[in-house]
Amino acid sequence: MKAEELKAPSAGASQGKLIALLVLGALIPLLPFLIPVSQYTLNIFMNAVTYAVAVLGMVVVLGYTGQINLAQAAFFGIGAYSVALGTVGWGLSFWMAAGSGIVAAGLAGLVLGLTTLRLGGHYLAMITISFQQIFDLILVNWVEVTHGPDGIAGIPRPSVFGFVLADDRFYLLFCVAVLYACIAFVWWLPSTRLGRAMRAVRENELAAEVVGVHTLRTKVFAFTLSAMLGGIAGALYAAGFAYISPDNSSFARSIEFLTMVLLGGVQSPFGGAMGTVLLILLPEWLRFLKQIYLAIYGLAVILIMVFLPEGIWGLVRGGWRKLVPERVPPRRSVPPLDFDAGRVADGKPIMRITGLQKHFGGLRAVDGIDLEVARGSVHALIGPNGSGKTTSLNVVNGIYSPTGGQIVFEGVDVTAMKPHQRAGLGMGRTFQNIRLFQSLSALENVMVGAQRDNNPIPGGRRGLEDRALAALDFVGMGENVHMLVKNMPYGHQRMVEIARTLAGHPSLLLLDEPGAGLNQTEKQELVALLLRLRGHGLTIFLIDHDMGVVEKVSDRITVLNFGKKIAEGAPAEVLRQPDVIAAYLGEAPVHGPA
Amino acid sequence: MSALFDNLQVLFQGLALGSIYALVALGFVLIIRATNVVNFAQGDFAMLGAYAIVTFLVGLQLPYVVSIILALLVMAVFGMLFNLGVYYPLRNRSFLPVIISTLGASIFLQNTVLAVFGPQPKPLDKILNIDGIQVGGVFLDSQYLVILVVTLFAVAFQYFFFEHTLLGKKLQATSQDKDMARLLGIPVATMIAITFIYSAALGGLAGILVAPILFVSIGLGSIIALKAFAATIIGGFGDVTGAIVGGLLLGVIESFAAYYISVPYKDAYAFLALFLFLLLRPQGIFGERVSEKA
Repeated sequence: MKAEELKAPSAGASQGKLIALLVLGALIPLLPFLIPVSQYTLNIFMNAVTYAVAVLGMVVVLGYTGQINLAQAAFFGIGAYSVALGTVGWGLSFWMAAGSGIVAAGLAGLVLGLTTLRLGGHYLAMITISFQQIFDLILVNWVEVTHGPDGIAGIPRPSVFGFVLADDRFYLLFCVAVLYACIAFVWWLPSTRLGRAMRAVRENELAAEVVGVHTLRTKVFAFTLSAMLGGIAGALYAAGFAYISPDNSSFARSIEFLTMVLLGGVQSPFGGAMGTVLLILLPEWLRFLKQIYLAIYGLAVILIMVFLPEGIWGLVRGGWRKLVPERVPPRRSVPPLDFDAGRVADGKPIMRITGLQKHFGGLRAVDGIDLEVARGSVHALIGPNGSGKTTSLNVVNGIYSPTGGQIVFEGVDVTAMKPHQRAGLGMGRTFQNIRLFQSLSALENVMVGAQRDNNPIPGGRRGLEDRALAALDFVGMGENVHMLVKNMPYGHQRMVEIARTLAGHPSLLLLDEPGAGLNQTEKQELVALLLRLRGHGLTIFLIDHDMGVVEKVSDRITVLNFGKKIAEGAPAEVLRQPDVIAAYLGEAPVHGPA
Repeated sequence: MSALFDNLQVLFQGLALGSIYALVALGFVLIIRATNVVNFAQGDFAMLGAYAIVTFLVGLQLPYVVSIILALLVMAVFGMLFNLGVYYPLRNRSFLPVIISTLGASIFLQNTVLAVFGPQPKPLDKILNIDGIQVGGVFLDSQYLVILVVTLFAVAFQYFFFEHTLLGKKLQATSQDKDMARLLGIPVATMIAITFIYSAALGGLAGILVAPILFVSIGLGSIIALKAFAATIIGGFGDVTGAIVGGLLLGVIESFAAYYISVPYKDAYAFLALFLFLLLRPQGIFGERVSEKA
């Protein structure tokens, strides 16, 4: 049984398909050598192939990472003008010029990304448009260097091992090879740590940050990669057509790249490439639309957004999946989740909070709380609605920065740290309203949790997978690990969220109302799970409204009211204190009808 | 002395230009507040307004006042259609599909107008018959004066409308908390439709006012919109006062930079100002640092 589990049963069949695909892919660029093709057709294909590389950049930044880039034509222009100026102006070889162009495009993307990506979507859209406009202005107006609107002609073709690719058929072959390499890279990317982090950012940026993804760095990487692909495309284009002008890197071109990727399918390199080829060929077929083709593009963008959010590739893949259901690879069995590695038992408090304050304008949501969480204990924070529980938790794990006070975790002052840094120190958290990466599978969700900083897991991707499977097993979600979490029932999603945190091997687990929305059976399972976690010596700091749950699992309870601590101690004594009961039932002070 | 007059002249122009940015920026902010989404076709509202006035005034030879009223009505109807076609079908999706959709709308509108009216920019008469008045060494162009006065009235009207009418308060409630507004019986979809109508009319007004200064062309809106958006960021994202102050400030910065530094790069200064703000004070002049609620 075990041997079968470890070996995918139909590896031969999928290998056969892969080989067929490779042969087909290799044949297409060889066609011009076999049958006569007009210069015009060769040009169209050179156009499609070079644009497709730029569109792959859009797949990375928009499709994988969910960040908009409306300056892809500018990055394309940086690559193209580097080759043009480098070869024609300064007599560099194509390779030198293209290399520096790609680096320059990447640097431009890096700088643009660093300045704007922490601000989020709208800013990025506008800033990339602005960058695109400034780039255009410079190309047109800095005539001494860029030759202005006239552009630069006479760009030479590169040579490979002393063989100059002067024949268009050979150059096309070269471009297709580059395109295939880029497609393979973009296709491989989602299964890497960086790719998973990108998709986590796209699905839920806050959750990604909290489980330990350096979200800013991830977005900047994605943006830089996208810009570099734009630069590669521009370099290929310039040498291919021997001429470059500002028209090639205008805002309209950026919109074309956007339309191509949306039409083909933003989530897949194949979709992006398909969209490019379609949009290059369509205007040829629909020549009568030449005057208003951009209007049609605009309309197409709206219609795709409304009716075809995953593009044509999504449609094709969806149809294919209906005909041929996806084979779920059998999962392997893994050793149980290890809780002991690196566990400290020094008896000191794992977290010490002093004088914590969080004010929103005049509202003192958290108003000077002192609190210690003992290592290995289950510590509950309770209080009526609006007493500051969730705000406290948000300050503790860094989503809010406190107005005053200090948080020391594992002996480190984390008060000024970002959530992902705290996650990197071993602070895990779940959310009241579940925040999973909805379009990722349960396994991928948990793998994102496992790959946090300072959580050494040997064995690369397989090691991460093992760790994630063990965490899913622990919470009883070891089956259907490849199911997308958005298709899972609520109770299961909650368990996957806990597993995502556990896979990160936290030393402190923060649970924000883990019982919310669960039915009685699920609540009993939750209590059992929490008791098991306590049995493994994990420190838990939780908020919940259900006193049944709190009383069963907690070693210690802190009660908040109006942002202040009003009681603390063992459950039995705290829950019987008159002022705690008063805070919950509203005997005194009286605040009028709610 | 003449240097002082020159500077005053530039300041005057900058304020008038800034008023246009402020009007478009106000439209931006209203839609941002109602839908949490930036409308990338906001500038094209101004472009459409300008073409509407050209159609009524030059094409149909109607009187100026009638043309303005008709153009604003057309824009109001357009705002409703825009809401139905571009925003409403995507209202339950995340912001990215919506802004891409408005971007598509922008491309569609510009190129449709191009197909209908042709690429030739169209000149337009000023609203007043006089060219302007001379005050000391400063020449006050009549259209610039009209822009300043109308903007002042529009801002005063908007303040009154939002702070002192029931409809205005319902709109505010919608923009602050849609779910709560819905529970209180406020028809949220209608409120958002009204926001789009008002915002389209406001953008149209900006286009009508600016048309006699710039030639009417399909690119009229995009460059204004980019600067208006820069104004909303400089003023404070989603802040009404910020949009007005940001717009005026940007107009003034741009006029002085064009006067003292170089004209061809006129459009770049606004973006440089924007980059500087994003680096040094990303929350803008009136904005607060916001963080997502967990």
